[in-house]
Amino acid sequence: MHRLLGERDYDIPSVQYLQRLHQQATLSGPWPHQARVSLRGSQVILMTISWKDYPVEGVFDELVRGGGRARPAARSLCRYLSRLSDAELDEYRAAAEIAIRVMGITFTVYSEEEGSIDRAWPFDIIPRIIAKKEWDRIEEGLKQRVQALNLFIDDIYHDQKIVKDGVFPEGILAGSQNFRPQCVGIDPPLGVWAHICGSDLVRDDDGTMYVLEDNLRVPSGVSYMLENRLVMKRVFPDLFENYSILPVDDYPSQLYDCLASVSPRPVERPEVVVLTPGIYNSAYFEHAYLAQQMGAELVEGRDLVVPDDDCVYMRTVAGLTRVDVIYRRIDDLFLDPEVFHPDSRLGVHGLMRAWKAGNVALANAPGAGVADDKVVYFFVPQMIKYYLDEDPIIPNVPTYMCVEKTDREHVLANLHKMVVKPANESGGYGMLVGPHATKKDRQRFARLIRKDPRNYIAQPMLTLSTVPTVVGDHAEPRHVDLRPFVLSSRHTYVTMGGLTRVALRKGSTVVNSSQGGGSKDTWIVDTEAG
Amino acid sequence: MLSRVAENLYWIARYVERAENTARLISVTNNLMLDLPRGVKPGWQPLIEILGAEGSFDANDGDERAAIRFLIGDLANTGSILSSLGNARGNARTVRDFLPREAWEQINDLYLKTRLDLQRGLSQRHRYDYLRSIIIGAQSITGLLAGTMTHDNGYDFIRMGRNLERGDMTTRIIDVRSANLLPEQTTDLTPFENIQWMSVLKSMSAYQMYRRELQVRVRRADVLRFLFQHPHFPRAFYHCVGEVEQCLANLPRNDAPLRVVAHLKRIVTEASPESLSQDELHAFIDDLQLGMIDLNEQINQTYFRPPEPVVGDP
Repeated sequence: MHRLLGERDYDIPSVQYLQRLHQQATLSGPWPHQARVSLRGSQVILMTISWKDYPVEGVFDELVRGGGRARPAARSLCRYLSRLSDAELDEYRAAAEIAIRVMGITFTVYSEEEGSIDRAWPFDIIPRIIAKKEWDRIEEGLKQRVQALNLFIDDIYHDQKIVKDGVFPEGILAGSQNFRPQCVGIDPPLGVWAHICGSDLVRDDDGTMYVLEDNLRVPSGVSYMLENRLVMKRVFPDLFENYSILPVDDYPSQLYDCLASVSPRPVERPEVVVLTPGIYNSAYFEHAYLAQQMGAELVEGRDLVVPDDDCVYMRTVAGLTRVDVIYRRIDDLFLDPEVFHPDSRLGVHGLMRAWKAGNVALANAPGAGVADDKVVYFFVPQMIKYYLDEDPIIPNVPTYMCVEKTDREHVLANLHKMVVKPANESGGYGMLVGPHATKKDRQRFARLIRKDPRNYIAQPMLTLSTVPTVVGDHAEPRHVDLRPFVLSSRHTYVTMGGLTRVALRKGSTVVNSSQGGGSKDTWIVDTEAG
Repeated sequence: MLSRVAENLYWIARYVERAENTARLISVTNNLMLDLPRGVKPGWQPLIEILGAEGSFDANDGDERAAIRFLIGDLANTGSILSSLGNARGNARTVRDFLPREAWEQINDLYLKTRLDLQRGLSQRHRYDYLRSIIIGAQSITGLLAGTMTHDNGYDFIRMGRNLERGDMTTRIIDVRSANLLPEQTTDLTPFENIQWMSVLKSMSAYQMYRRELQVRVRRADVLRFLFQHPHFPRAFYHCVGEVEQCLANLPRNDAPLRVVAHLKRIVTEASPESLSQDELHAFIDDLQLGMIDLNEQINQTYFRPPEPVVGDP
């Protein structure tokens, strides 16, 4: 009698193997990363939302000023919220939860027993509001920044003028883990390397907005920004009628246009695909969502093949089909086993060959991560000056370079007030949050810094701004950050607002969704339009 | 349509169908053993052989509970019901965007319930109900897909996987009777044999359809013709192969798999299974299964994993 055939009979990698790979492959770590927040002024209010007692001392609240007065752009919202009864507030919150479940908005958490499981996306119904006038300025600042970053990356892989002119130290480049010698001399279409950039913005207690970091490798979160808006429209249709809230929904078509515009073949509708590490990746929901919204195929490495003609094809039931643009959500080092990690089964043999030959566009381009480095970050204001001859519109968080002797001395003397980050990690890995760290940890970091100063920067601890967040039957301040997304090709496009992440847990310092973080809708409100 | 997605859809259907038919096989064997007189009970070893798992389990020691556990709930046995449902679920979760949500939920639910209620399947008392709920659960997945999924190429792969597996399993279920369960009875139609063929029919929900079609008592010759050659009974081998043929007709580059289909149809039509001795019947079933393996391989090489990358029309 013949054995029952199984699909494994054809050498499919086992689930366990793929899970392991995915864990290695997400070098940038599970998004969202940890943000540092301090917890001044979060005392409990024990009644349905009453702004009079809402605490804002020593912290900048995005909606409420001292004395319970709403900021101008948030006035109608605060009034609306204060008129809600307990029952109504509860009803709206339940409605949002149901909408999230029904719409299937999830993020993936890895568990030993079940493999990966999908959890409902934690969401708070009180939006964060930014006045359009302020936003316009931020948008300009982001465009300026990403433009300079793209010029920098292109320069670094060509003449390195910025190094020769003494603006950017050569030694920093030599120590960068994300510099890819394989990319030297490559000319990606339109000179764009970072097509999609997610920059994290934070606001300090004096109201200044800073750029905390730029994510130029595989920034994620944009799908949640889009879904949050859909949830809000379902739950609060009346608010949207009476407010001039600028729409965010055109991101997928902007993304498609951005990707299509770098297609190496001048065809009407180039074949754009989204390359995912697979279902065990924490951002798989987003990969599937964006592919679906753009009408693009969602592919894995094993779906693609590069034959001798150095073009990329996907395997379909009708045979091989040429691929023009790959929106890849896999880190550089896993893209192509011919060039990078030889044992990567997430990537595609020969992908770099095809890219270098100009037969396929990769977004973001390999090597773009060279500017996604905490030490390089320090030089972004100088880059803006150097390439654009402009002053930076949004400042960096004051940053100390441990590689500089005076900075290093200052950092080591003030470790208890500092946040120390390794240069090439994101996702909050290998970080020291001075004020919350034990003495032992601080000593360990002091040793690490002395041993490899190039790899560390330090920033003073910021007090992140807050937004009222529903807790039980009332509102309490919770700390937030903001991740807008910037698309670069022929034009530069900035999302209207971005994803606001919030540390939902009181006393928590983390906005990570798997550790009690959540998100809010972000409204850019045009007060002048009424 | 991506090859990987097509392959996942195909295997979801195969695994679900396999789980259902394994449940049917256990059920029919269970019934058969209740009917047989003491002393001639063959035990569970033949069933393990029919499912192609000989060598990985020995049921000759007569430990019924262990044998049933191996067939239903042993994850180390890739052919067990639970393994099949687990594999169906694993495939389904990678192509959730292509499945109607209810179908995904039903697949997930069936796996979890089968695992949770395993003890019921092990006890003689609740076994029938347990197996029946698996059969009904699998049927509702099939129904949800047929009734709520667009009948495009993706559905063709599901339907193809289902019918390929079903045809294969039909031959295995017939084999329950041919695999030396009883010493061969020659000319005299004992009431025993009658009952056994009836339970084979019932295990495939085929008894009523058979009666309506043939209006005669249940006889080996008629049962074999019905289960091998009937063009319209959904679990008849010929019908299953015909379904695969229809799916292939909707797909590109179908020459090689269609050739195997034509060959299979010919050997089934030309055979007269009723005239075969039990040994010959067993050999005939072997041929059909080899044909199914070949058909699977042709589908695999054409649509899922072509041996060499061939540049097609861009």
